[in-house]
Amino acid sequence: MADTTRADTLERSRGRLRRQQALTAAGLAGPATFLLFLLLLGPTTAVVALSFTDWQFGAKSLNLIGLGNYAEMFGDRVFWRSLRNTLVYVAITVPTSVLLGLGFALLIEARSSAQGFYRTVYFLPVTATLIAMAVVWEFLFHPNIGLVNLLLGLVGIRGGHWLNNPATALYALAAIGVWQSLGFNVVLFLAGLKSVPRDLYDAAAVDGADSAWERFRRVTWPMLGPTLMFVLVIMAIRSFQVFDTVAVLTSGGPNKSTEVLLYTMYTEGFTYFRSGYASAITVVFLAFVLTLTLLQARILDRRVHYT
Amino acid sequence: MAQVELTGIAKSFGEVRVLRDVSLEIRDGEFVTILGPSGCGKSTLLRIIAGLERQDAGRIRIGARTVDTLRPNERDIAMVFQSYALYPHLTVAGNLALPLRMRLLSWQQRLPGARWFSPHIRAVERDINRRVSEAAALLQMETLLPRKPAQLSGGQKQRVAVGRAMVREPRVFLMDEPLSNLDAELRVHMRAEIAQLHRRLGVTFIYVTHDQAEAMTMSDRVVVMMDGQPLQFSSPGAIYSDPVDLRVARFVGSPRINTLPGVTTGRRSIDLAGLELPFDVALAAGERVTVAIRPAATGVAGQHGLPGSGVPGLSGRLVHRENLGSDLFLHARIDALDTTVIVRQDPSAIDAFPLGMQLQVDIPVDQALAFNSAGARIRSRVVARAAAS
Ligand SMILES: Nc1ncnc2c1ncn2[C@@H]1O[C@H](COP(=O)(O)OP(=O)(O)O)[C@@H](O)[C@H]1O
Ligand SMILES: [Mg+2]
Repeated sequence: MADTTRADTLERSRGRLRRQQALTAAGLAGPATFLLFLLLLGPTTAVVALSFTDWQFGAKSLNLIGLGNYAEMFGDRVFWRSLRNTLVYVAITVPTSVLLGLGFALLIEARSSAQGFYRTVYFLPVTATLIAMAVVWEFLFHPNIGLVNLLLGLVGIRGGHWLNNPATALYALAAIGVWQSLGFNVVLFLAGLKSVPRDLYDAAAVDGADSAWERFRRVTWPMLGPTLMFVLVIMAIRSFQVFDTVAVLTSGGPNKSTEVLLYTMYTEGFTYFRSGYASAITVVFLAFVLTLTLLQARILDRRVHYT
Repeated sequence: MAQVELTGIAKSFGEVRVLRDVSLEIRDGEFVTILGPSGCGKSTLLRIIAGLERQDAGRIRIGARTVDTLRPNERDIAMVFQSYALYPHLTVAGNLALPLRMRLLSWQQRLPGARWFSPHIRAVERDINRRVSEAAALLQMETLLPRKPAQLSGGQKQRVAVGRAMVREPRVFLMDEPLSNLDAELRVHMRAEIAQLHRRLGVTFIYVTHDQAEAMTMSDRVVVMMDGQPLQFSSPGAIYSDPVDLRVARFVGSPRINTLPGVTTGRRSIDLAGLELPFDVALAAGERVTVAIRPAATGVAGQHGLPGSGVPGLSGRLVHRENLGSDLFLHARIDALDTTVIVRQDPSAIDAFPLGMQLQVDIPVDQALAFNSAGARIRSRVVARAAAS
């Protein structure tokens, strides 16, 4: 009898303990969960919700208009122009900066003496404010006194006004984008190269893979897989977000030739205050970025980490 | 025929002289272990033999060829690395096939899709697959062939690394501490497997380790190396019982050999704090020497014969006991020599040795080794007991 009561009490106090632990756990995870909702999921949900309304910034009322914004967007030539420009920009900057980054990293790695110096120099553009550097680029691209045209002049090519010509403006911006992210990629690739086990090169040499190309193909390239994947995805997302150079140097012009998604969203939302429509553009933008992120997390990640 | 002959190999990294004047003659089909403490230059020597590092001076011959200017894959060697160095993006089968593909196919023939145009390439690839399967069967790892290295245990990776070395059918196997990343039990098991593999293949093995148990159990001969120099190159038995240098005597054997400071008397004997050991060696009086004796060779008075049988002893006090089950080690403090001597006893006798007891440690002179002040062995013919008495 006495034993059962004691067992009961024990059982009950154990149950209480378990409930207390669950409460503590919820309490401890609470702030993080709250912040996650407040800072990330909340705004995203709000943007998606707004994209189904005709809300104008500052207006006291709004109407649900269903897919109205999306219908307008998909019928708008400016939107398609903007999406196409963004994709072209991404398609130029990502491969160029990744391949150049890998190339420079391999060169630096091969001559080990001044690696610290190179690393700092290449990282400078990453730390410098792009808006400030944009001013420098505006000078560089200046038709008469710009360094770009002066250099081209030396080899007998007459360069035009790169940023004011609808045929070249987007490519000029892409060049700036490559310049800005190149150093970041070099530094990431250098770190990736450092983590390749030396023994693998030795094993490859014993196996007969000792030319520079075979070393690269048998060891360096496969071992850089994870780094490459990371750099590609980060670069793609960053390039999708191109905005500041457009805003400072071209304002989407001339003739909408540098109109990109975020800039279109910005003008619609903050110049014309059409918040509902801007939200719909943002949703499209988020869909692209999310796809890229999931792509990394799910499929490619598993293929390159060799597990 | 693949004897390996090193003559006067020297190597420095900057100011650090890692190898100085290493000369070795390794016979065809021999299993030679290079044994030495960490940092003594073992790996560097092996890498020089492999051609992964270039020596500053000296010559290397493998078989009938001087290989000094040959690249690693032209030297007819294969190497197993401590880290295994498997290609993580290739399956086990791919890892085993790569050295063969590199050797048997030109780069054009290795291009993807080239096999569709050439029956010759397909024939070579069939041959490669056959050799990979054979190696896998020999090492009993057929089931591992489709896996990636990340899906293997340490022992399995080790086996694959050995397999990759084996498929090339090298004339010399080089192994750099291949077992050091395995747990103790597996290490003992792989020890036997590698020795077996050597017997089966019959080619020359050069094996690097800092683990004396590996060296003693697997080798035909052992090179003990210290500070970039081989000190002794002989059979495992001789390394243990007939060391030519005090450093060799100290490095081999566990627990460590006992070393006692002594002085020569000039009467063909050595004085150990009043105990006079007969040593048939002509040395001037008053020279400092070291007398070394294995714990298993010592005893406690009365055990090597009746008291007064002529076995000299040192008096000490029992300060520590270690019972390993198979052995009992008594640590006896010898105040007269300011040192501690370890004595092996049978564990069943443990009750006869309470801590703190006074005991007489036997130093059987026929088992004692003497070294001069530079650490070189002093050879002696033991004075026959009958003659001494
Ligand atoms: N590539 C290198 N550059 C500079 N020093 C090295 C290099 N390789 C080895 N050493 C040095 O040479 C010595 C011997 O190294 P190693 O041959 O690896 O010794 P072990 O294999 O016997 O432990 C060590 O002091 C090590 O620091
Ligand atoms: Mg080593």
